[in-house]
Amino acid sequence: MKLTLSWLKQYLDTDANVYDIAEKMTAIGIEVEEVIDRADMVEGFVVGHVKEAEQHPDADRLKLCKVDVGDGQIKQIVCGAPNARAGIKVAFAPIGSYIPGIDVTLKKAQIRGVESEGMMCSERELLLSDEHQGIIELDKSAEIGAPLAPALGLNDPIIDIAVTPNRGDTASIYGIARDLAAAGMGTLKALEKPAIKPAFDTPQSITIHDEKACPLFLGRLIKGVKNAPSPKWLQDQLRAIGLRPISTLVDITNYFCIGLNRPLHVYDADQLKGNMHVRMSEGGETLNALNDKSYTLKEDMTLICDDENVLGLGGIVGGVESGSEMDTVNVFLECAYFDPITTAMSGRALQIDSDARYRFERGIDPTFTHQGMEMATQMILDLCGGEAGSVVQVGDVPDITVSYDFDLGLTERLGGLKIEAKRQIEILESLGFSCEKTAQDTVYNVTSPAWRHDLQGPADFVEEVLRIEGYDKIPSISVTKSPDEHSKVILDDTQIFADKAKRHLSARGLYETVTWSFMDRALAEKFVVHDNHNFDDLSLTNPLSSELNTMRPSILPNLIQGVARNKARGMHNVNLFEVGPVFNSVELVKGQHNVIAGIRSGHNQDKHWAEAQRPIDVMDVKADILALLSLSTSNVRPQITRDAPNYYHPGRSAALRLGKNVLGYFGELHPGLLEEMDIDGPVVGFELFYEDLPMAKKKTNARPLLQASNLQAVSRDFAFIVKDDVSADETVRAITGAEKKLISDVTIFDVYQGKGIEDGYKSLAINVTLQPDEKTLTEEEIDAVGQSIIKAVETKVGGKLRA
Amino acid sequence: MSALEKLKQELLDQIEAANDLGSLEQARVEALGKKGKITSLMKNLGQMSHEERVETGKALNMLKGEIAKQISEREENLKRAALEEKLKTETVDVTLSPRPQEQGTVHPISQTLDEMIKIFADMGFAVVEGPDIEDDFHNFTALNFPPEHPARQMHDTFYLPDVEGAEGDAAKRLLRTHTSTVQIRTMSAGKPPFKVIVPGRTYRSDYDMTHTPMFHQLEGLYIDKNITMAHLKGCLTDFVREFFQIDDLPVRFRPHYFPFTEPSAEMDIGCDRSDGKLKIGAGADWMEILGCGVVHPNVLKNCGIDPDEYQGFAFGIGVERPAMLKYGIPDLRTFFESDLRWLRHYGFGPFDHPGQNF
Repeated sequence: MKLTLSWLKQYLDTDANVYDIAEKMTAIGIEVEEVIDRADMVEGFVVGHVKEAEQHPDADRLKLCKVDVGDGQIKQIVCGAPNARAGIKVAFAPIGSYIPGIDVTLKKAQIRGVESEGMMCSERELLLSDEHQGIIELDKSAEIGAPLAPALGLNDPIIDIAVTPNRGDTASIYGIARDLAAAGMGTLKALEKPAIKPAFDTPQSITIHDEKACPLFLGRLIKGVKNAPSPKWLQDQLRAIGLRPISTLVDITNYFCIGLNRPLHVYDADQLKGNMHVRMSEGGETLNALNDKSYTLKEDMTLICDDENVLGLGGIVGGVESGSEMDTVNVFLECAYFDPITTAMSGRALQIDSDARYRFERGIDPTFTHQGMEMATQMILDLCGGEAGSVVQVGDVPDITVSYDFDLGLTERLGGLKIEAKRQIEILESLGFSCEKTAQDTVYNVTSPAWRHDLQGPADFVEEVLRIEGYDKIPSISVTKSPDEHSKVILDDTQIFADKAKRHLSARGLYETVTWSFMDRALAEKFVVHDNHNFDDLSLTNPLSSELNTMRPSILPNLIQGVARNKARGMHNVNLFEVGPVFNSVELVKGQHNVIAGIRSGHNQDKHWAEAQRPIDVMDVKADILALLSLSTSNVRPQITRDAPNYYHPGRSAALRLGKNVLGYFGELHPGLLEEMDIDGPVVGFELFYEDLPMAKKKTNARPLLQASNLQAVSRDFAFIVKDDVSADETVRAITGAEKKLISDVTIFDVYQGKGIEDGYKSLAINVTLQPDEKTLTEEEIDAVGQSIIKAVETKVGGKLRA
Repeated sequence: MSALEKLKQELLDQIEAANDLGSLEQARVEALGKKGKITSLMKNLGQMSHEERVETGKALNMLKGEIAKQISEREENLKRAALEEKLKTETVDVTLSPRPQEQGTVHPISQTLDEMIKIFADMGFAVVEGPDIEDDFHNFTALNFPPEHPARQMHDTFYLPDVEGAEGDAAKRLLRTHTSTVQIRTMSAGKPPFKVIVPGRTYRSDYDMTHTPMFHQLEGLYIDKNITMAHLKGCLTDFVREFFQIDDLPVRFRPHYFPFTEPSAEMDIGCDRSDGKLKIGAGADWMEILGCGVVHPNVLKNCGIDPDEYQGFAFGIGVERPAMLKYGIPDLRTFFESDLRWLRHYGFGPFDHPGQNF
C-alpha cells in the first residue's frame, strides 16, 4: 500500500522528514518497502513559458517554440504536441536530463533541420499518467525558471508499505498516523464530526437477513448531486498512490477507504427497485461486477439485493447496473460492517481482490460507521452539492473489543526488558487501549480499541509495549551449551549416516543434487514398487504444472532426467546422487521415507592414455551401495536377491535384504524405460533405504581388542567349473562353509566362459586364504582343507575342479 | 717396497681397472679365489715359523680385508653406475595426466545446512525432523492461524486430496509451507525443555526469479522456564555473525507478524549496495534474513504446555538465500537443475565438512 507524505500529514501533525518517518514506521512494525521521492526524477527540470509557437518550416505537424526558462534564457524547442502554443507554462527538460517515460537522455538535436534545445514534457513522459495527447500545461501562477517538482506537486514523497495481515488498521493512512503519534512522531489530529441536518426522511427500507455476516448497515439518500471529475488535489493524491481517478463520487469512496479504512458504496438510487436486503446467497445468482467481470455466486456469500436484483457482494464489490455514473443525480450511500471471515471466504472463492475486501477481511473499526457516514456525506455535499436525507440504520454496532488482565511484569518476563509501569500504560493508552487498575498492584484490565482485531491475550500487549518502546532496547543474551548438554545427542545415528553418505559418495565421484519432491505422474507410474501405490492420494490438487503434479515414489526418475539434461549439454559420464524423501502414502510421517539414490552413466572415466575406459555397469553401483553400508555403525551383511523392481534390468539388478526388510536396490536401469525417457544407456542406479539400516544399539567409544595372528597365512588358488546359473555368492559361501575356522577370505579373481568350457558352464578362479590361529599348517593339513573345499563345492553347488 | 706391498698395488690396479662386474669378479677370483694370489700366500703360512707366521698372517689378513673392501666398494660403484645408465633409458613424461579418479561434490544446500547445524549444535540445539506431507492442523491450526484468516493466504499452499475417514483440519493434506510444523510435533511428543533445530524441505506454490516451489528452511525452537526475547536476540545475532564470519555484522530486529509468535520480529542484517554490488556487512542498507519471535501462548497450549510455566522463542531461516549471499550464487532456480557444471562450480569437496574446517 502506498501513501503520500502530504496525505499522512492531513492526520498527523509532525515536522519530521519522510526518511525519519519511514524509519520510525519500520521500527514500530509497519514495514516500509520503499520511499519514492519523485522530486529526484525531475531534478534540474524547470517551469518554462512559451513566448512564441510558430509553424516548423519543413514539417506540418511540428511547431517551433521559443521558451523562456528563466534567467533571461530563451530556448528554441521543436515540439509536436497539438496544445503547444504561446502563453502556456510548461514542464521544461534541459539538454542532458533523463526522461523516464521514454527512457531517453536528451541530447542537442536537429529536428528536420532545426535545432532543438530541450523538451516540453507530457504526463506520460514523466510517468505521471498515461496522458500523452499533449504536453503538460502548468498553472498560470507557476514562476518561470522555478524548479518543476513543486509546480507539478511532485515534492510530495510516497511511502510504499507492506501491511501485515493482523494489522488491518494500518491499511489506512489514518491508522498509520495513529501508530506514529503513539511512537512520538507527532500529534494525531482529531477527525471532524459533522452533524448533517437531514433535509428529508430517506424513503428506503433495508432488511438484514443474516446478522453475523452483516451486523450493521447504514444508508442514506442524497438527492440532486452533480457528479464530475474530482478536484485536482484529490486526483493527485489518488494517482500518487496508484489509483485511477474516476468521478467525484467514486473518488470520495476511495479517499475514505484508503485514508480512513472506511469502505463505502454509492448506488444510483434511481436504479433501486423496492426494498434493500442483506442476505446470504443461495448459489447460482449472477453479478455483473464493477470490475467488468461477471460472477456466478456460490452459497453463503453476503449479497446486497433489492426486490429484483443482486446489487453487489457485501464488502467486496458492487454491481454495474446500480453503480453511480457521471450522470447520476440521486445517490444512496452505504456505510456498513461486514464480517471478516465471510468476506474473506467469499472473496477468495470468487478470486476478487478489491480494496474493500482487503479491509473488511482484516477488520475495520465498527464504531466509526456513523461518523464515517456523516463525514462522507459532508464531502459529497461539499464537492457535488445536493441535499442529504436521514440515515437509515439497521442492526447495531458490534463490539469487537477484548479485555484481558495484564500483569505488567509479563513484559519483562517475555521481552527481557524492564519498562516502568507508567510508561507501559502510557504506550497502551496512546495506542487506544484502555487500562483499568485492578486489586493487584501490577495487574491492569486492558481493553482493546475497536479498530484492532488481532488481540488474543496479554502477550499481544507485551508486543504493543515493546514495539513502541523499541526492540533495539531489548538486551542481547548469548545462548550457550548448558552444563548438562555436553553429552547431548545433536544428530542421531541415521542423520549422521546420511551426512557421511553424502560426503562418501562425493568422494567416490558422484555429485550431490537436489531435485523436486514432486514430478510428472505419468513418469512416476513407471517407478513404483508396489501395485497398490495410490497415485490419486499423492497427486497435488493445485500443481504448478503437470510436470510437477505427483509426489515422487522414487528419486531415480529425477536423476535420470538430470543425466539426460546434462547429456544434452554434451556432458558424458554423469554421476549424480540425492538424499531426500520418497512418498508411498499420505499417512503422516509413516507415508514417506528418506532415501539415498545414485546414478551413474556413460563410462567409468574419461578417455585416458594409461587406462582404457569402459562402460559403467551394475558392479559400479553395487560398489557404491556396499560402500555406503560400510558406513553403518553396525556390521550389515545383507542377502542379495534377484528381485529388484521392474524399472531395473531383470538380469542385471538385485535387492539387498535383511530379514524381511528391503534395504535397497541396485542395477542397470531397464533399457526399455530409458528408451521411453529418450536417454542412451546404459544407466545404472541404486536406492538405499537407509532409515531401515540397523544401527549399533550400545554406544561405546572403546574398540574391541585387536586379535592379530602371528602365524603365517596361506593362500591357495582353485578353478571350478560350475553351471551358468550358479551364483558367485553361493560358491563363495560353499567354500567358506567348508572350514569356517581356517578360511579367512575367499576371492573370485576370474570368471571365464568360452573355449574349453562346455556351453552352459563357467569357470571360476578362486583364491582362498587360510589363517591358522593355533599353529602353523603342515602341507598335509593344507591339502586336507583343499579336499574339503572341493567336496563342498561339489555337493553344495555341483561344481567340479577344473582339470 | 716389499713383495706384499707390490702385490697389493697390483691387485688394487686390477680392481681399479675393472670396468664391469665381470672383470671385477675376475679380479676377485685372482686375488681371493681358491687359487687366488692372497689365498695361495695364506696356504704357505703353515710352513712358516711361529713368529713369521704371526707377522705374515697379520699382514695377509689386513691385505685380504683391504682388497675385499675395495672390491665391494668397486662393485657398489659399478652397480650404481649401471643402474644410473639403465634409468637414463626409463624416462616418463611426467607432464602426462595421472590415472583419473573423479571426485564429486556436496550440494551447497547440504553444506549450508551443515554449517548452520554446526553453529546451533555448539549452542546445544539438537536436530529433529518431520514429514513433508502434513495436515492442516500441524501446518496452520496448531500454529494459531485463525480459520479463514488472510494469514493463511500468505502461504501459497500446495494441497493433496482430503483423506477419507478423517475430519476437519486432520483430513486436509498439504505440503508443509514451513518447518514450524515440527515445533508442534516436537512439543506434543515430549516434555520441556526443548532446544531443537529442524532442517527440511518446504513448499509454496510460487515459481519466478526469486521463488521456487520447493525450498529449504531451518527452524529453531528453545523452550524453557526463563527464555526471553533477549535470548532470541543474542542467539540469532551470534548465529548470523558466525555464519557470515563477520564479527561486527550489524543486526536489526523489527516488529513483524507471525500467527505463532508474540511478540514477533523480522531480523535484518547490514549490507551495502552502494556500488551496484551487494556486500554483507556494515553499510547503508538492511537485508531481511529471518523471522522469529516468542512462541505464542496459544501454540504452547495447543501442545499441552502451560504458558504460565514455560516460554521461549522460535525462528525460521531459509537455507538457499543465505547460501547465495555467503557463496555468491546468483540464481535461486539453479539450485535444483542438476547442472553438472553448476554442481562442480558451486559444490563443496567431500572433506570440506564444517565440523572440521569451519
